[in-house]
Amino acid sequence: MKFLRKQEFKNMSKGVAITGMGIISSIGNNVDENYKSLIGGKTGITRISKIKTVHKDDIMVGEIAFTNQELEQQLGLSPDNNYSRTALLGVIAAKQAIEEAGISNINTYKTGLISATSVGGMDKTEAYYYDYLEDKAAQKYIEGHHAGDSTQKIAEELGIDQSLVTTISTACSSAANAIMFGARLIKSGQLDRVIVGGSDCLSKFTINGFKTLMILSDTYNTPFDENRKGLNLGEAAAFLVLESDKVVKAENKKVLAYVKGYGNANDAFHQTASSENGDGATLAMQKALKVAELSPGDIDYINAHGTATGNNDLSEGRAILRTFEEHVPDFSSTKAYTGHTLAAAGAIEAVYSVLALQNNVIYPNLNFKTQMKEFSITPQLELKEKELQTVLSNSLGFGGNCSTVIFSKKQ
Amino acid sequence: MSSKYHITSFCNIKNNTVSLNGSVIYNDENNDFLEFIKAAYKSLETNYAKFFKMDALSKLAFLAADVLLKNESLNQEEENNIAIVFSNKASSIDTDRKHQESIQNKEDYFPSPAVFVYTLPNICIGEISIKHKLFSENSFFIFDTFNPQHLLDYTNSLLSANKAEKVLCGWVELDGENYEAFLYLVTNNGTITHNKQNILKLYNT
Amino acid sequence: MDTLKQELKENIVEQLNLEDISVDDIDDNDILFGEGLGLDSIDALELIVMLDKNYGIKLTDPKEGRAIFESINVMAKYISENRTK
Repeated sequence: MKFLRKQEFKNMSKGVAITGMGIISSIGNNVDENYKSLIGGKTGITRISKIKTVHKDDIMVGEIAFTNQELEQQLGLSPDNNYSRTALLGVIAAKQAIEEAGISNINTYKTGLISATSVGGMDKTEAYYYDYLEDKAAQKYIEGHHAGDSTQKIAEELGIDQSLVTTISTACSSAANAIMFGARLIKSGQLDRVIVGGSDCLSKFTINGFKTLMILSDTYNTPFDENRKGLNLGEAAAFLVLESDKVVKAENKKVLAYVKGYGNANDAFHQTASSENGDGATLAMQKALKVAELSPGDIDYINAHGTATGNNDLSEGRAILRTFEEHVPDFSSTKAYTGHTLAAAGAIEAVYSVLALQNNVIYPNLNFKTQMKEFSITPQLELKEKELQTVLSNSLGFGGNCSTVIFSKKQ
Repeated sequence: MSSKYHITSFCNIKNNTVSLNGSVIYNDENNDFLEFIKAAYKSLETNYAKFFKMDALSKLAFLAADVLLKNESLNQEEENNIAIVFSNKASSIDTDRKHQESIQNKEDYFPSPAVFVYTLPNICIGEISIKHKLFSENSFFIFDTFNPQHLLDYTNSLLSANKAEKVLCGWVELDGENYEAFLYLVTNNGTITHNKQNILKLYNT
Repeated sequence: MDTLKQELKENIVEQLNLEDISVDDIDDNDILFGEGLGLDSIDALELIVMLDKNYGIKLTDPKEGRAIFESINVMAKYISENRTK
């Protein structure tokens, strides 16, 4: 028994290396483009152009420039494919990640896929809902509706067929939970390698839904600003390749960063709103620090969830204060660049966190003008160069699902 | 590793029947799921007004969880370290459809915020967490079919890493009149060993 | 005015699924949110939809709702002064 415990402890302390990343968002079609926009302060928020909605003049979004047809061409898909936009974006980002990790034969090691989505194939369903009964050609999209379909398509395109393939759907913390679950599978030795991330496209479904909650801004979103008016929805996909020490050593892999800690907690307060004092977010950050064996003072930068809704930024700000007390590190939200990309957000911001570590930079929190009156912490407003060792990233979702992931330069 | 933990209790809701540990605790002849679940709620004396505001999937998951957690005599004033790991196939499609219909109706366009908030599968976990003050870890997985191996591995990992003292896990599936809940509580105590065979056996009870 | 108040009570019980509360239980001066009927922020959003759907009143800021939905009396007064249908 004692021996077992020791063995278990040894297993649990294994490293989780990030060896590849891929991303497509409204601020760039790959990792380099995203980084250039981040340091250039270039936002991807515009008026909506690809979806016809009655709300087009009342909202702004983070929309990816490519049309579905262009994305299909890039992937070399046949015209009879039944890809939703979520699946198209997901495959593009996942393939980039595999390429950066230098993986040619994915089945050399035991490799899994954990993908997050909340929109799934809703974009096609809403486009063809009334045509399905008569239009035989449109019926192919019915199969593509459910949340697991985009994950299956990514697995097929990557050639993963013998290992764990699953979909996580826990609202806006989905991708952070995918990273957490993937890290655990590596630590426990169940997988040698796991591709983790998420994808969500824009849809009328989410635009109208968030509109009923009256939390969509009619202009550029302004995280942590006193006069914030709500969020902008965005679409994006991002994936990361996580590998075990064994693979890194055997293949002499270049490690971009490590997944050092993670934590998840429920806010147990409301279906969609965060509690006044950010109970769930505080617990998630504390748990992640514990897993990472770090103290709050070790965190150099927080990539906040910062959706720019009245409720989130106050609740999260208070949670940051509760966790870090008088030593709040530099923090900023990158939602002003990309909009809120829902289930993908945790993966998008994981890529941004790793880029921050690699380049020793902190991104500015765009559009901030007025200090919030409830507390005195202010986000980082200018691009800042600073030696970074650890970055903490928050993802807080509906259903009270709160997650934190900590990334570090060293194992 | 799998023999260390036990299934302390389990609840099945299907075919107009609620059962706890294999014994029927409520049954009726209702043809409508919402009528059935409301009657079951009343019969089981679950006094919680928010129940009526929930969507169908949340009602199903909430009631099954409540049947199990009632027995645990939890202290409602304290934090209870029970993690939740749910899964299903249909995600939140039942409520997604309602929201979709309301936004496609050009003549009568009034989408409801109270419907939209339930268009995610994990909202039912939030409802259970709110009622029982569970601030613990929770996740929702989508699978083609009931996947006992995944639930087993995930739960064992949470318990062995001391992420939770207990884990409430299972399958909550709902699409129109097709519904099925199978939830079970895994702890250190009990007589039923926590392994794949037993999970499957109880699922098919 | 009394018809409007009765109508509002019926709609509130029906729309907000207040299963355990009947129309007669609601007094015209009862506080609807918080301690009163225990309504929450989603209920407030539902009431904003109801104002639009039944009375043609469009609110753009959810904060406006808080004052309007204080009680049946306050709501009825606001609706009768601002309704477009």
